[in-house]
Amino acid sequence: MPHVVAACSSCRAFTGGLAEFDVEADTVRRMIQALDRRYPGLGEHIDRRMAIAIDGEIFQDADGAPLTAASEVYLIPRIGGG
Amino acid sequence: MTDVLERLGSQAALKVVGTRPIRPDGADKVTGRATYGADFALPGMLVGKIKRSPHAHARIVSIDTRKARALPGVKAVITSADFPDLASEEYEAGESASNLRDLSLNCMARDKALYDGHAVAAVAATSASIADEALDLIQVTYEVLPHVIDVEAAMGPNAPLLDEALFTEGLEARPERPSNIAKRNQLARGDPDAGFAAADVILEGRYTTAAVHQGYIEPHACVAAFAPDGQCQVWSSSQGQFMVRSCCAKVLGLESSDIRVTPAEIGGGFGGKTTVYLEPLALALSRQSGAPVKMVMTREEVFRATGPTSGAVIEVKLGARADGTLVAADVVLKYQAGAFAGSPVGAGSMTALACYDIPNFRITGYDVLTNSPKVAAYRAPGAPIAAFGVESAVDELAIKLGLDPIALREKNAVRDGMKAAYGPTFRDIGYVETLDAIRDHPHYRAPLGPNQGRGVAVGFWFNVGGESTAAVHVNEDGSAVVVTGNPDIGGSRASMAMMAAEVLGLPIEKVRPIVADTAAIGFSMLTGGSRTTFATGMAVTQAAQKIVADLKRRAASLWDVSEDVVDWLDGVAVCLDPSKTAKPLTLAALAAQSARTGGPISAEVSITAQGAGPGFGAHICDVEVDPETGHVTVLRYTAAQDVGKAIHPAYVEGQIQGGAAQGIGWALNEEYLFDGAGKMENAGFLDYRVPVASDLPMIEPIMIEVANPRHPFGAKGVGEVPIVPPLAAVANAVRRAIDVRMTDLPLSPPKIRAAIDAR
Amino acid sequence: MSKRHISAVVNGDPAEFLTEPGRTLLDALRDDLGLTGSKEGCGSGDCGACSVILDGRLVCSCLVLAAEAEGRRIETIEGMADGGVLHPLQSKFLEHAALQCGFCTPGLLVAAKALLDTNPDPTESETRYWLAGNLCRCTGYDKVIRAVMDAAADLRQARV
Repeated sequence: MPHVVAACSSCRAFTGGLAEFDVEADTVRRMIQALDRRYPGLGEHIDRRMAIAIDGEIFQDADGAPLTAASEVYLIPRIGGG
Repeated sequence: MTDVLERLGSQAALKVVGTRPIRPDGADKVTGRATYGADFALPGMLVGKIKRSPHAHARIVSIDTRKARALPGVKAVITSADFPDLASEEYEAGESASNLRDLSLNCMARDKALYDGHAVAAVAATSASIADEALDLIQVTYEVLPHVIDVEAAMGPNAPLLDEALFTEGLEARPERPSNIAKRNQLARGDPDAGFAAADVILEGRYTTAAVHQGYIEPHACVAAFAPDGQCQVWSSSQGQFMVRSCCAKVLGLESSDIRVTPAEIGGGFGGKTTVYLEPLALALSRQSGAPVKMVMTREEVFRATGPTSGAVIEVKLGARADGTLVAADVVLKYQAGAFAGSPVGAGSMTALACYDIPNFRITGYDVLTNSPKVAAYRAPGAPIAAFGVESAVDELAIKLGLDPIALREKNAVRDGMKAAYGPTFRDIGYVETLDAIRDHPHYRAPLGPNQGRGVAVGFWFNVGGESTAAVHVNEDGSAVVVTGNPDIGGSRASMAMMAAEVLGLPIEKVRPIVADTAAIGFSMLTGGSRTTFATGMAVTQAAQKIVADLKRRAASLWDVSEDVVDWLDGVAVCLDPSKTAKPLTLAALAAQSARTGGPISAEVSITAQGAGPGFGAHICDVEVDPETGHVTVLRYTAAQDVGKAIHPAYVEGQIQGGAAQGIGWALNEEYLFDGAGKMENAGFLDYRVPVASDLPMIEPIMIEVANPRHPFGAKGVGEVPIVPPLAAVANAVRRAIDVRMTDLPLSPPKIRAAIDAR
Repeated sequence: MSKRHISAVVNGDPAEFLTEPGRTLLDALRDDLGLTGSKEGCGSGDCGACSVILDGRLVCSCLVLAAEAEGRRIETIEGMADGGVLHPLQSKFLEHAALQCGFCTPGLLVAAKALLDTNPDPTESETRYWLAGNLCRCTGYDKVIRAVMDAAADLRQARV
């Protein structure tokens, strides 16, 4: 099962302070849906405000990206630039 | 990867990428032909101007526009009444979530003026002088309120509140009272308190920076035409025509399909033009008047009413062992957001310790409203400020421990396989290589004389990918056009043509790039975040690959062979089957036969580019301080950076040099000065002092190429990293020149004099 | 306010326009003569983007009244190339990649030409101080200075 870490404080408002989860999912979209079922509202928050790092690589808006049992997933705030 | 890329994977085989051709828009730019926003004109065009609040904080009691409307030559007058009253809503028009209501209110104030210069009304008239007269005839009644600009004062319990309905997000318990603190964020790892307890040495520092402006030489400018059937056209200097379209649609309540935005050439952006100020107003004036409206800001307006970046307070505490190993860090960041929430403190928090492998840390960031212009993105937003504090503290630690500053950083450097401070594991990074490069450069051994000092600092930026569309069309004669939707702010269109030429096997002169309007190309996220060469370049490369695959198919059909014996080499289709008589076919030959082999040869690719590689930089700065005047001269400057792959090396060098120069200005002279009434005192280039040619030496760029395997040519974003190290590089040099740690930017001569006197 | 009729020589050709007394030469060049190569970066003579040569002297056209152009000779960026042939400064700017956004480039080129017209062999320091009135935010000036000095060398060669 992919291991998910919420590496910023904004997600924890939805999870009652929890920052790490094991989630049953084989794509990013399914992972977000699973997290939203567990913590209502977290899914939309992730969609709007977060980027996802899978095994060190940052993905933004990459719903189809695959996850394996060994995937390490970080939720980090979306990055802008100048 | 396709066979095209596999072949291109051998860097030695590249023919165009990595060379330095003359940029395709160059002749226009050196002859004055290129059309920037203010150069554009339409028949019957009116001049639009904005009435701005003279108060830093005030309730708008009433606005009487009757006299202005009655003035002959005035064709339209607008206030917030001409805009929908939007609900608070997050939107993605720029690069990260912003608030629609805030954007709209920033363009045109509704109930309150929140900074001196805040737009409260606008007019369109047949001449500039009539427009100016009309502005004077608009009568605004204000109830002046106390204002606050200093970030810590704004955080205080008795500070005047900009938004009575704002309650700080991100605290453990929801606060009872409203505050100017919009948000608090936290990032943590391990156990900092235990880490500090086990440290041999602790170093604490408090650092402060002032608000600084991106300083683009071209003021904001646009022309808008609202037709009677509701269809709109906008010509605008901006970093993103799709962003302009989206913002105008939302702020005015229009359909995106009714707005066509053409990007003018842009005279600098650096993040400051990733939002809109004029375009919605110009459209509203055009709608009311029935004529096109041109709006161009004055330099004073640019300073008073467009986003600078935050002024800030940075508090750093470091714990280390005697051998220099960092064991704990605590960083507190307090950033001004200006009139509406949204400072880059989040990115500042995430980048503050990104160059260091520290087992225990806590980073806290505060986003604070102040009665100053709403901050806008400025090149690696948030990162230079945090780096100033952290890199100054690390330097002070090096001095305390008697360690070489490069060696101290190398000891604690992040490397592939390590977890970044902001979470994910680093892959394919070239940070240590930048440290090696500056350590081994002759600059580091150049002798220093009296009153001279050398400073070292490092920096990091994520770089982003994002949505991009690119099209490649083969012309009937075998030349090609590359179409993208990203405004060219640094020479990127040359790189687009180069990547396409490389894949197609054409000489660069036969591949011409254009930047298209919103109706002529699919969606592209704006130019910023160091994304264009990476993400749009990826789309261009993929489109060119599709063309090559198509060309091979056509050749196969002409030769009556199977596609798998057709290869594409240096712009020519060759048949690999020796038993077939198949003369090689050039692109031109295939283009000439396009009609009978399937039609026009064209490909368009739309992607969300993933895998943008983060960038690292390491800088050395030598200064000489004049003890009599406090003036700091930069003697030498060297900037090493991991660029992945320099597609056009001259423009990559240019990004490094330009970013370093902005950072030097930020360190030495630039700052927003406000008087007691909250008005900016130095709203012009005379007193807002950016570096001039005589302030700087040659800036030596060292490009390190640790390829990003995610990009077909290995490119990483380069534009933002170079502004991150200079603030501390300069401050660290001054420290060693005068033996005093300066913690308050800018290091202007009076401050240096005072520090020398107090020694 | 009645307009004044101004006759001048712009880039070697006679030019005329009507202007209110208070208007700047920069506005007249851009709006009346369609010469939009000179840019307004600040309107107060601090950035040099509006640089033109007036009777052989480098000036900020935003600080010159349009009316002052009467009977005088003005050279703008548009007159720098000789027909279709770029001036060596223009070519060197392209070769050295001495521009990024290009907005300050016309002003820098005009100012550099004025420098080389006065001093054909400037040192790096002389070049930097001469061009200190032309702000560039993109390049950090490094490649600009190299381009100017390289063009100066070419021009000296051509005279030999």
